[in-house]
Amino acid sequence: MVIRPLVWQRIVWVLLALITLATLVVLFFIIGFITSKGAPVVTKEFLFGMPERMGKAGGILPTIVATILLAFLAIAIATPIGVGSAVYLCEYTRQSPITRIIRFATDALAGVPSIIFGLFGFIFFVIKLRMGWSLLAGGLTMSFMLLPVIIRTSEEAIRAVPHSLREVSYSLGGAKSKTILRVVLPNALPGIVTGVILGLARSIEETAVVIFTAGSSLVMPRSLLDSSRTMAVHFYVLAREGISMPRAYGTAFLLIVSILIINVVAYVLMYRFMRKLR
Amino acid sequence: MAAKVSIHNLAVTVNKRLILRGVDLNIEANTIVSVIGPAHSGKTTLLRVINRLIETQREFLRSGEVLLDGKEVRRLDIDVLRRRVGLIFATPVPLPGTIFDNIAYGPRLKSRLHKRELAHVVEQSLRAAALWDEVKDRLQTSALRLSGGQQQRLCIARTVAVNPEVIMMDEPTSGLDPISTAQIENAMRELKQRFTWILVTNNVKQAARVSDRVAFFLSGELVEEGEAAQIFTKPRDKRTDDYVSGRIG
Repeated sequence: MVIRPLVWQRIVWVLLALITLATLVVLFFIIGFITSKGAPVVTKEFLFGMPERMGKAGGILPTIVATILLAFLAIAIATPIGVGSAVYLCEYTRQSPITRIIRFATDALAGVPSIIFGLFGFIFFVIKLRMGWSLLAGGLTMSFMLLPVIIRTSEEAIRAVPHSLREVSYSLGGAKSKTILRVVLPNALPGIVTGVILGLARSIEETAVVIFTAGSSLVMPRSLLDSSRTMAVHFYVLAREGISMPRAYGTAFLLIVSILIINVVAYVLMYRFMRKLR
Repeated sequence: MAAKVSIHNLAVTVNKRLILRGVDLNIEANTIVSVIGPAHSGKTTLLRVINRLIETQREFLRSGEVLLDGKEVRRLDIDVLRRRVGLIFATPVPLPGTIFDNIAYGPRLKSRLHKRELAHVVEQSLRAAALWDEVKDRLQTSALRLSGGQQQRLCIARTVAVNPEVIMMDEPTSGLDPISTAQIENAMRELKQRFTWILVTNNVKQAARVSDRVAFFLSGELVEEGEAAQIFTKPRDKRTDDYVSGRIG
Protein backbone atom coordinates (compact mmCIF):
# COMPACT_ATOMS: atom_id res chain seq x y z
CA MET A 1 0.00 0.00 0.00
CA VAL A 2 1.29 3.42 -0.88
CA ILE A 3 0.49 6.28 1.45
CA ARG A 4 0.00 9.56 -0.35
CA PRO A 5 2.54 12.21 0.72
CA LEU A 6 -0.20 14.53 1.89
CA VAL A 7 -1.74 11.87 4.11
CA TRP A 8 1.69 10.94 5.38
CA GLN A 9 2.28 14.63 6.27
CA ARG A 10 -0.93 14.63 8.27
CA ILE A 11 -0.02 11.46 10.15
CA VAL A 12 3.38 12.81 11.13
CA TRP A 13 1.85 16.12 12.13
CA VAL A 14 -0.67 14.41 14.41
CA LEU A 15 2.06 12.21 15.88
CA LEU A 16 4.30 15.17 16.70
CA ALA A 17 1.40 17.16 18.09
CA LEU A 18 0.52 14.25 20.39
CA ILE A 19 4.07 14.00 21.67
CA THR A 20 4.16 17.73 22.38
CA LEU A 21 0.81 17.52 24.05
CA ALA A 22 2.05 14.69 26.28
CA THR A 23 4.78 16.97 27.66
CA LEU A 24 2.25 19.67 28.44
CA VAL A 25 -0.15 17.17 30.01
CA VAL A 26 2.55 15.91 32.37
CA LEU A 27 3.47 19.45 33.38
CA PHE A 28 -0.08 20.58 33.92
CA PHE A 29 -0.98 17.37 35.72
CA ILE A 30 1.82 17.91 38.25
CA ILE A 31 0.99 21.59 38.71
CA GLY A 32 -2.74 20.85 38.93
CA PHE A 33 -2.26 18.02 41.38
CA ILE A 34 -0.01 20.03 43.69
CA THR A 35 -2.27 23.07 43.43
CA SER A 36 -5.47 21.18 44.23
CA LYS A 37 -3.87 19.52 47.26
CA GLY A 38 -1.66 22.39 48.36
CA ALA A 39 -3.47 25.64 47.61
CA PRO A 40 -6.23 25.17 50.25
CA VAL A 41 -3.58 24.76 52.97
CA VAL A 42 -1.96 28.09 52.16
CA THR A 43 -3.47 30.70 54.43
CA LYS A 44 -2.08 33.85 55.97
CA GLU A 45 -1.25 31.91 59.09
CA PHE A 46 0.55 29.19 57.07
CA LEU A 47 2.62 31.82 55.27
CA PHE A 48 3.54 34.05 58.18
CA GLY A 49 3.18 31.78 61.22
CA MET A 50 5.80 29.90 63.18
CA PRO A 51 5.68 26.09 62.96
CA GLU A 52 4.28 24.13 65.87
CA ARG A 53 4.78 20.48 66.80
CA MET A 54 7.53 19.85 64.18
CA GLY A 55 5.42 21.31 61.42
CA LYS A 56 2.20 19.41 62.14
CA ALA A 57 0.53 22.74 62.76
CA GLY A 58 1.29 26.41 62.44
CA GLY A 59 3.11 28.09 59.57
CA ILE A 60 6.33 27.79 57.61
CA LEU A 61 7.77 31.29 57.82
CA PRO A 62 11.27 30.19 58.98
CA THR A 63 11.62 27.86 56.00
CA ILE A 64 10.66 30.66 53.59
CA VAL A 65 13.24 32.98 55.15
CA ALA A 66 15.88 30.24 55.08
CA THR A 67 15.13 29.43 51.43
CA ILE A 68 15.49 33.07 50.37
CA LEU A 69 18.70 33.57 52.36
CA LEU A 70 20.30 30.39 51.09
CA ALA A 71 19.35 30.94 47.46
CA PHE A 72 20.55 34.53 47.37
CA LEU A 73 23.76 33.68 49.21
CA ALA A 74 24.51 30.94 46.68
CA ILE A 75 23.72 33.24 43.74
CA ALA A 76 25.71 36.12 45.21
CA ILE A 77 28.78 33.90 45.43
CA ALA A 78 28.34 31.96 42.19
CA THR A 79 27.42 34.83 39.83
CA PRO A 80 30.60 36.93 40.04
CA ILE A 81 32.84 33.85 39.94
CA GLY A 82 30.86 32.24 37.13
CA VAL A 83 30.57 35.34 34.93
CA GLY A 84 34.20 36.18 35.64
CA SER A 85 35.31 32.72 34.54
CA ALA A 86 33.19 32.98 31.40
CA VAL A 87 34.73 36.37 30.54
CA TYR A 88 38.19 34.94 31.11
CA LEU A 89 37.51 31.89 28.95
CA CYS A 90 35.98 33.89 26.10
CA GLU A 91 37.93 37.13 26.06
CA TYR A 92 41.30 36.57 27.63
CA THR A 93 42.40 33.16 26.43
CA ARG A 94 42.73 31.36 23.18
CA GLN A 95 42.05 27.64 22.76
CA SER A 96 44.84 25.93 24.66
CA PRO A 97 45.31 22.86 26.85
CA ILE A 98 44.58 25.02 29.89
CA THR A 99 41.20 26.23 28.65
CA ARG A 100 40.36 22.69 27.64
CA ILE A 101 41.12 21.53 31.19
CA ILE A 102 38.97 24.32 32.64
CA ARG A 103 36.07 23.44 30.33
CA PHE A 104 36.42 19.75 31.12
CA ALA A 105 36.41 20.55 34.83
CA THR A 106 33.30 22.68 34.40
CA ASP A 107 31.49 19.88 32.60
CA ALA A 108 32.61 17.35 35.18
CA LEU A 109 31.33 19.63 37.93
CA ALA A 110 27.96 19.79 36.18
CA GLY A 111 27.76 16.00 36.22
CA VAL A 112 28.47 15.54 39.91
CA PRO A 113 25.34 14.36 41.77
CA SER A 114 24.08 16.89 44.29
CA ILE A 115 24.44 14.44 47.17
CA ILE A 116 28.20 14.34 46.49
CA PHE A 117 28.28 18.13 46.71
CA GLY A 118 26.37 17.77 49.98
CA LEU A 119 28.87 15.29 51.33
CA PHE A 120 31.79 17.46 50.26
CA GLY A 121 30.23 20.53 51.87
CA PHE A 122 29.60 18.56 55.04
CA ILE A 123 33.19 17.32 55.29
CA PHE A 124 34.90 20.51 54.14
CA PHE A 125 32.81 23.44 55.37
CA VAL A 126 30.80 21.92 58.23
CA ILE A 127 33.52 19.79 59.82
CA LYS A 128 36.93 20.90 58.55
CA LEU A 129 36.30 24.66 58.56
CA ARG A 130 34.13 24.27 61.66
CA MET A 131 31.22 26.23 60.26
CA GLY A 132 28.79 23.71 61.66
CA TRP A 133 25.45 23.19 59.97
CA SER A 134 24.78 26.69 58.76
CA LEU A 135 23.29 28.74 55.97
CA LEU A 136 26.83 29.91 55.17
CA ALA A 137 28.10 26.35 54.64
CA GLY A 138 24.95 25.59 52.64
CA GLY A 139 25.29 28.70 50.48
CA LEU A 140 28.97 28.05 49.76
CA THR A 141 28.37 24.43 48.79
CA MET A 142 25.36 25.36 46.70
CA SER A 143 27.35 28.04 44.85
CA PHE A 144 29.82 25.36 43.74
CA MET A 145 26.93 23.39 42.34
CA LEU A 146 25.62 26.42 40.43
CA LEU A 147 28.98 27.41 38.93
CA PRO A 148 28.90 25.16 35.86
CA VAL A 149 25.38 26.31 34.95
CA ILE A 150 26.33 29.97 35.19
CA ILE A 151 29.71 29.57 33.46
CA ARG A 152 28.24 27.65 30.53
CA THR A 153 25.27 29.93 29.89
CA SER A 154 27.39 33.08 30.30
CA GLU A 155 30.01 31.72 27.93
CA GLU A 156 27.38 31.06 25.27
CA ALA A 157 25.94 34.54 25.74
CA ILE A 158 29.33 36.26 25.55
CA ARG A 159 30.32 34.34 22.44
CA ALA A 160 27.06 35.35 20.77
CA VAL A 161 27.97 39.06 20.96
CA PRO A 162 29.13 39.93 17.42
CA HIS A 163 32.84 40.52 17.02
CA SER A 164 32.12 43.67 15.01
CA LEU A 165 30.79 45.40 18.14
CA ARG A 166 34.07 44.74 19.93
CA GLU A 167 36.02 46.09 16.95
CA VAL A 168 33.95 49.28 16.97
CA SER A 169 34.76 49.80 20.62
CA TYR A 170 38.47 49.08 20.08
CA SER A 171 38.66 51.43 17.13
CA LEU A 172 37.19 54.24 19.25
CA GLY A 173 40.00 53.76 21.74
CA GLY A 174 38.16 51.45 24.10
CA ALA A 175 40.53 49.33 26.13
CA LYS A 176 39.70 45.65 26.40
CA SER A 177 38.33 45.93 29.94
CA LYS A 178 36.10 48.87 29.01
CA THR A 179 34.92 47.10 25.88
CA ILE A 180 33.91 44.10 27.97
CA LEU A 181 32.14 46.22 30.58
CA ARG A 182 30.32 48.59 28.23
CA VAL A 183 29.69 46.53 25.10
CA VAL A 184 30.10 42.79 25.65
CA LEU A 185 28.42 42.28 29.03
CA PRO A 186 25.37 44.52 28.42
CA ASN A 187 24.70 42.67 25.17
CA ALA A 188 25.24 39.29 26.78
CA LEU A 189 22.98 40.11 29.70
CA PRO A 190 19.85 38.18 28.64
CA GLY A 191 21.85 34.97 28.39
CA ILE A 192 23.64 35.59 31.66
CA VAL A 193 20.37 36.33 33.43
CA THR A 194 18.90 33.10 32.08
CA GLY A 195 21.78 31.20 33.65
CA VAL A 196 21.37 32.99 36.96
CA ILE A 197 17.63 32.26 37.01
CA LEU A 198 18.26 28.60 36.29
CA GLY A 199 20.74 28.61 39.18
CA LEU A 200 18.31 30.40 41.48
CA ALA A 201 15.57 27.89 40.72
CA ARG A 202 17.96 25.02 41.26
CA SER A 203 19.11 26.33 44.63
CA ILE A 204 15.50 26.77 45.77
CA GLU A 205 14.48 23.23 44.93
CA GLU A 206 17.66 21.49 46.10
CA THR A 207 17.42 19.20 49.14
CA ALA A 208 20.42 16.85 49.33
CA VAL A 209 22.99 19.62 49.55
CA VAL A 210 20.98 21.54 52.14
CA ILE A 211 20.34 18.64 54.50
CA PHE A 212 24.07 17.86 54.64
CA THR A 213 25.33 21.41 54.98
CA ALA A 214 22.65 23.63 56.45
CA GLY A 215 20.96 20.97 58.51
CA SER A 216 17.24 20.90 59.08
CA SER A 217 16.48 22.64 62.34
CA LEU A 218 13.07 24.20 62.16
CA VAL A 219 13.91 27.59 63.66
CA MET A 220 14.03 31.15 62.43
CA PRO A 221 17.62 31.81 61.26
CA ARG A 222 19.13 34.74 63.16
CA SER A 223 22.42 34.81 61.28
CA LEU A 224 24.11 33.06 58.39
CA LEU A 225 25.86 30.84 60.92
CA ASP A 226 22.57 29.33 62.09
CA SER A 227 21.38 25.96 60.95
CA SER A 228 18.09 26.21 59.16
CA ARG A 229 15.58 24.31 57.06
CA THR A 230 14.60 25.38 53.56
CA MET A 231 11.15 24.84 52.04
CA ALA A 232 12.34 21.94 49.91
CA VAL A 233 13.84 20.19 52.93
CA HIS A 234 10.76 20.95 54.99
CA PHE A 235 8.59 19.37 52.33
CA TYR A 236 10.86 16.33 52.26
CA VAL A 237 10.80 15.89 56.05
CA LEU A 238 7.03 16.38 56.32
CA ALA A 239 6.32 13.82 53.60
CA ARG A 240 9.06 11.35 54.49
CA GLU A 241 8.31 11.19 58.17
CA GLY A 242 4.57 11.32 57.65
CA ILE A 243 4.17 14.39 59.80
CA SER A 244 1.54 16.13 57.69
CA MET A 245 0.81 15.43 54.03
CA PRO A 246 -1.47 18.46 53.52
CA ARG A 247 1.26 20.74 54.86
CA ALA A 248 3.81 19.02 52.63
CA TYR A 249 1.61 19.81 49.61
CA GLY A 250 1.14 23.38 50.83
CA THR A 251 4.92 23.82 50.94
CA ALA A 252 5.34 22.23 47.53
CA PHE A 253 2.71 24.56 46.10
CA LEU A 254 4.57 27.59 47.45
CA LEU A 255 7.82 26.27 45.96
CA ILE A 256 6.28 26.06 42.51
CA VAL A 257 4.69 29.49 42.83
CA SER A 258 7.93 31.11 43.96
CA ILE A 259 9.88 29.69 41.03
CA LEU A 260 7.19 31.01 38.72
CA ILE A 261 7.39 34.46 40.30
CA ILE A 262 11.19 34.56 40.04
CA ASN A 263 11.01 33.73 36.35
CA VAL A 264 8.39 36.35 35.60
CA VAL A 265 10.10 39.11 37.58
CA ALA A 266 13.51 38.36 36.06
CA TYR A 267 12.21 38.41 32.52
CA VAL A 268 10.27 41.63 33.07
CA LEU A 269 13.38 43.35 34.44
CA MET A 270 15.46 42.04 31.58
CA TYR A 271 12.92 43.13 29.00
CA ARG A 272 12.97 46.64 30.40
CA PHE A 273 16.75 46.73 30.24
CA MET A 274 16.87 45.39 26.70
CA ARG A 275 14.27 47.86 25.50
CA LYS A 276 16.74 50.60 26.32
CA LEU A 277 19.29 48.94 24.07
CA ARG A 278 17.07 48.20 21.13
CA MET B 1 56.71 68.79 5.55
CA ALA B 2 56.81 65.48 7.38
CA ALA B 3 54.07 63.03 6.47
CA LYS B 4 51.18 62.36 8.85
CA VAL B 5 51.39 58.64 8.23
CA SER B 6 54.45 57.14 6.65
CA ILE B 7 55.01 53.53 5.84
CA HIS B 8 58.40 52.08 4.95
CA ASN B 9 59.04 48.67 3.53
CA LEU B 10 55.99 47.17 5.23
CA ALA B 11 55.39 43.44 4.97
CA VAL B 12 52.54 41.63 6.72
CA THR B 13 51.85 37.93 7.08
CA VAL B 14 48.53 36.65 8.42
CA ASN B 15 48.14 32.94 9.08
CA LYS B 16 51.43 32.34 7.22
CA ARG B 17 50.13 34.03 4.07
CA LEU B 18 51.92 37.09 2.80
CA ILE B 19 49.27 39.82 2.54
CA LEU B 20 51.38 42.94 2.04
CA ARG B 21 54.97 43.31 0.92
CA GLY B 22 57.43 46.10 0.32
CA VAL B 23 54.91 48.88 0.80
CA ASP B 24 56.26 52.45 0.92
CA LEU B 25 53.63 55.13 1.30
CA ASN B 26 53.54 58.66 2.69
CA ILE B 27 50.27 60.34 3.55
CA GLU B 28 50.29 64.09 4.07
CA ALA B 29 48.10 65.75 6.68
CA ASN B 30 44.71 67.13 5.59
CA THR B 31 44.52 65.24 2.36
CA ILE B 32 42.18 62.55 1.12
CA VAL B 33 44.10 59.52 -0.03
CA SER B 34 42.26 56.72 -1.77
CA VAL B 35 43.55 53.20 -1.67
CA ILE B 36 42.19 51.28 -4.64
CA GLY B 37 42.69 47.80 -5.99
CA PRO B 38 40.84 44.56 -6.59
CA ALA B 39 39.79 42.23 -3.75
CA HIS B 40 42.59 40.50 -1.82
CA SER B 41 45.14 43.17 -2.59
CA GLY B 42 45.72 43.93 1.10
CA LYS B 43 43.81 47.22 1.38
CA THR B 44 41.85 46.34 4.51
CA THR B 45 44.91 44.77 6.11
CA LEU B 46 46.79 48.03 5.52
CA LEU B 47 44.18 49.96 7.55
CA ARG B 48 44.15 47.37 10.31
CA VAL B 49 47.93 47.52 10.55
CA ILE B 50 47.89 51.29 10.93
CA ASN B 51 45.50 51.28 13.92
CA ARG B 52 46.78 47.88 15.12
CA LEU B 53 43.36 46.27 15.04
CA ILE B 54 45.13 43.42 13.28
CA GLU B 55 46.64 42.47 16.62
CA THR B 56 43.37 40.79 17.58
CA GLN B 57 44.28 38.15 15.00
CA ARG B 58 46.42 35.34 16.23
CA GLU B 59 49.02 34.54 13.60
CA PHE B 60 50.27 37.84 12.38
CA LEU B 61 53.76 39.07 11.58
CA ARG B 62 54.80 42.54 10.56
CA SER B 63 58.09 43.99 9.43
CA GLY B 64 59.04 47.47 8.27
CA GLU B 65 57.89 50.75 9.75
CA VAL B 66 54.50 52.39 10.23
CA LEU B 67 54.91 55.89 11.59
CA LEU B 68 52.33 58.33 12.85
CA ASP B 69 53.84 61.82 13.06
CA GLY B 70 57.23 60.17 12.87
CA LYS B 71 56.60 57.74 15.72
CA GLU B 72 56.30 53.98 15.28
CA VAL B 73 52.69 53.01 16.01
CA ARG B 74 53.79 49.94 17.92
CA ARG B 75 55.48 52.19 20.46
CA LEU B 76 52.33 54.24 21.05
CA ASP B 77 49.77 53.34 23.68
CA ILE B 78 47.25 51.25 21.76
CA ASP B 79 44.16 53.07 23.03
CA VAL B 80 45.67 56.50 22.38
CA LEU B 81 46.68 55.37 18.89
CA ARG B 82 43.15 54.26 18.11
CA ARG B 83 41.71 57.54 19.32
CA ARG B 84 44.14 59.36 17.03
CA VAL B 85 43.41 57.10 14.06
CA GLY B 86 39.72 56.28 13.65
CA LEU B 87 38.37 53.45 11.52
CA ILE B 88 34.99 53.17 9.82
CA PHE B 89 33.92 49.75 8.64
CA ALA B 90 32.33 48.60 5.40
CA THR B 91 29.08 47.61 7.07
CA PRO B 92 27.83 50.24 9.50
CA VAL B 93 27.82 48.81 13.01
CA PRO B 94 25.77 50.90 15.43
CA LEU B 95 26.22 49.86 19.02
CA PRO B 96 22.90 48.67 20.49
CA GLY B 97 21.53 51.73 22.24
CA THR B 98 20.37 55.23 21.44
CA ILE B 99 21.78 57.57 18.80
CA PHE B 100 23.08 59.80 21.58
CA ASP B 101 24.82 56.93 23.38
CA ASN B 102 26.48 55.85 20.14
CA ILE B 103 28.07 59.24 19.55
CA ALA B 104 28.89 59.68 23.23
CA TYR B 105 30.57 56.27 23.48
CA GLY B 106 34.06 57.49 22.54
CA PRO B 107 34.09 60.70 24.60
CA ARG B 108 32.73 58.81 27.61
CA LEU B 109 35.58 56.32 27.40
CA LYS B 110 38.15 59.04 27.71
CA SER B 111 36.82 61.29 30.40
CA ARG B 112 33.85 62.17 32.49
CA LEU B 113 32.26 65.05 30.63
CA HIS B 114 29.61 67.36 31.94
CA LYS B 115 26.17 66.71 30.48
CA ARG B 116 26.16 70.00 28.58
CA GLU B 117 29.62 69.46 27.12
CA LEU B 118 28.69 65.97 26.05
CA ALA B 119 25.52 67.21 24.36
CA HIS B 120 27.63 69.82 22.56
CA VAL B 121 30.11 67.21 21.32
CA VAL B 122 27.25 65.01 20.13
CA GLU B 123 25.60 67.86 18.24
CA GLN B 124 28.84 69.04 16.62
CA SER B 125 29.74 65.51 15.56
CA LEU B 126 26.32 64.84 14.07
CA ARG B 127 26.46 68.17 12.23
CA ALA B 128 29.91 67.31 10.87
CA ALA B 129 28.55 64.05 9.48
CA ALA B 130 25.50 65.85 8.03
CA LEU B 131 23.11 63.81 10.14
CA TRP B 132 22.02 66.36 12.75
CA ASP B 133 18.95 67.68 10.93
CA GLU B 134 17.59 64.19 10.41
CA VAL B 135 17.98 62.93 13.97
CA LYS B 136 17.97 66.00 16.26
CA ASP B 137 14.44 65.22 17.46
CA ARG B 138 15.08 61.58 18.21
CA LEU B 139 18.49 61.34 19.81
CA GLN B 140 17.06 59.04 22.46
CA THR B 141 15.72 56.48 20.03
CA SER B 142 17.60 53.38 19.01
CA ALA B 143 20.40 53.76 16.49
CA LEU B 144 19.40 50.42 14.99
CA ARG B 145 16.26 52.00 13.55
CA LEU B 146 18.20 54.33 11.25
CA SER B 147 18.52 53.52 7.55
CA GLY B 148 21.77 52.11 6.18
CA GLY B 149 23.02 55.47 4.93
CA GLN B 150 22.10 57.18 8.19
CA GLN B 151 23.84 54.42 10.15
CA GLN B 152 27.05 54.93 8.20
CA ARG B 153 26.93 58.68 8.83
CA LEU B 154 26.27 57.87 12.48
CA CYS B 155 29.47 55.81 12.46
CA ILE B 156 31.35 58.76 10.96
CA ALA B 157 29.90 61.09 13.61
CA ARG B 158 30.87 58.58 16.28
CA THR B 159 34.45 58.61 15.05
CA VAL B 160 34.49 62.40 14.67
CA ALA B 161 33.34 62.72 18.30
CA VAL B 162 36.63 61.22 19.47
CA ASN B 163 38.38 64.01 17.52
CA PRO B 164 40.97 61.85 15.78
CA GLU B 165 43.74 63.12 13.51
CA VAL B 166 43.30 60.49 10.83
CA ILE B 167 40.05 58.82 9.76
CA MET B 168 40.32 55.60 7.80
CA MET B 169 37.32 54.23 5.95
CA ASP B 170 37.05 50.71 4.63
CA GLU B 171 34.70 50.80 1.63
CA PRO B 172 32.24 52.93 3.59
CA THR B 173 29.72 53.30 0.79
CA SER B 174 29.80 49.80 -0.66
CA GLY B 175 26.29 49.03 0.55
CA LEU B 176 24.75 52.47 0.11
CA ASP B 177 22.60 54.23 -2.47
CA PRO B 178 24.01 57.13 -4.58
CA ILE B 179 22.42 59.85 -2.44
CA SER B 180 23.84 58.49 0.81
CA THR B 181 27.17 58.03 -0.94
CA ALA B 182 27.16 61.65 -2.07
CA GLN B 183 26.36 62.82 1.47
CA ILE B 184 29.31 60.90 2.84
CA GLU B 185 31.65 62.15 0.14
CA ASN B 186 30.57 65.74 0.85
CA ALA B 187 31.21 65.25 4.54
CA MET B 188 34.72 64.06 3.73
CA ARG B 189 35.46 67.10 1.59
CA GLU B 190 34.12 69.47 4.21
CA LEU B 191 36.09 67.83 7.01
CA LYS B 192 39.39 67.79 5.12
CA GLN B 193 40.56 70.80 7.12
CA ARG B 194 40.22 68.83 10.35
CA PHE B 195 41.28 65.32 9.44
CA THR B 196 43.50 63.29 7.20
CA TRP B 197 41.42 60.75 5.31
CA ILE B 198 42.45 57.34 4.08
CA LEU B 199 39.71 55.86 1.96
CA VAL B 200 39.75 52.27 0.85
CA THR B 201 37.36 51.86 -2.02
CA ASN B 202 36.43 49.42 -4.73
CA ASN B 203 34.83 52.20 -6.64
CA VAL B 204 37.32 53.83 -9.00
CA LYS B 205 34.90 56.65 -9.81
CA GLN B 206 34.53 57.46 -6.14
CA ALA B 207 38.31 57.63 -5.80
CA ALA B 208 38.37 60.03 -8.75
CA ARG B 209 35.65 62.22 -7.21
CA VAL B 210 37.09 62.75 -3.76
CA SER B 211 40.81 62.05 -3.62
CA ASP B 212 43.84 64.26 -3.70
CA ARG B 213 46.12 61.30 -4.12
CA VAL B 214 45.53 57.67 -5.05
CA ALA B 215 47.45 54.52 -4.19
CA PHE B 216 46.86 51.44 -6.34
CA PHE B 217 47.43 48.04 -4.71
CA LEU B 218 47.58 44.70 -6.45
CA SER B 219 48.25 41.34 -4.75
CA GLY B 220 49.77 42.96 -1.68
CA GLU B 221 52.04 45.34 -3.56
CA LEU B 222 51.77 49.07 -3.95
CA VAL B 223 51.92 49.38 -7.74
CA GLU B 224 51.70 53.11 -8.03
CA GLU B 225 50.94 56.17 -5.94
CA GLY B 226 50.45 59.73 -7.09
CA GLU B 227 48.21 62.74 -7.68
CA ALA B 228 44.68 61.63 -8.46
CA ALA B 229 44.72 63.40 -11.83
CA GLN B 230 47.97 61.74 -12.81
CA ILE B 231 46.80 58.24 -11.77
CA PHE B 232 43.61 58.53 -13.75
CA THR B 233 44.97 60.26 -16.84
CA LYS B 234 48.59 59.22 -17.27
CA PRO B 235 49.35 56.24 -15.03
CA ARG B 236 52.98 55.21 -15.19
CA ASP B 237 52.29 51.51 -14.74
CA LYS B 238 50.46 49.38 -17.27
CA ARG B 239 48.61 47.51 -14.49
CA THR B 240 47.27 50.77 -13.04
CA ASP B 241 46.09 51.79 -16.46
CA ASP B 242 44.32 48.47 -16.90
CA TYR B 243 42.60 48.76 -13.55
CA VAL B 244 41.45 52.40 -13.66
CA SER B 245 40.23 52.04 -17.20
CA GLY B 246 38.26 48.95 -16.26
CA ARG B 247 40.15 46.37 -18.27
CA ILE B 248 40.84 44.32 -15.13
CA GLY B 249 38.94 44.44 -11.91
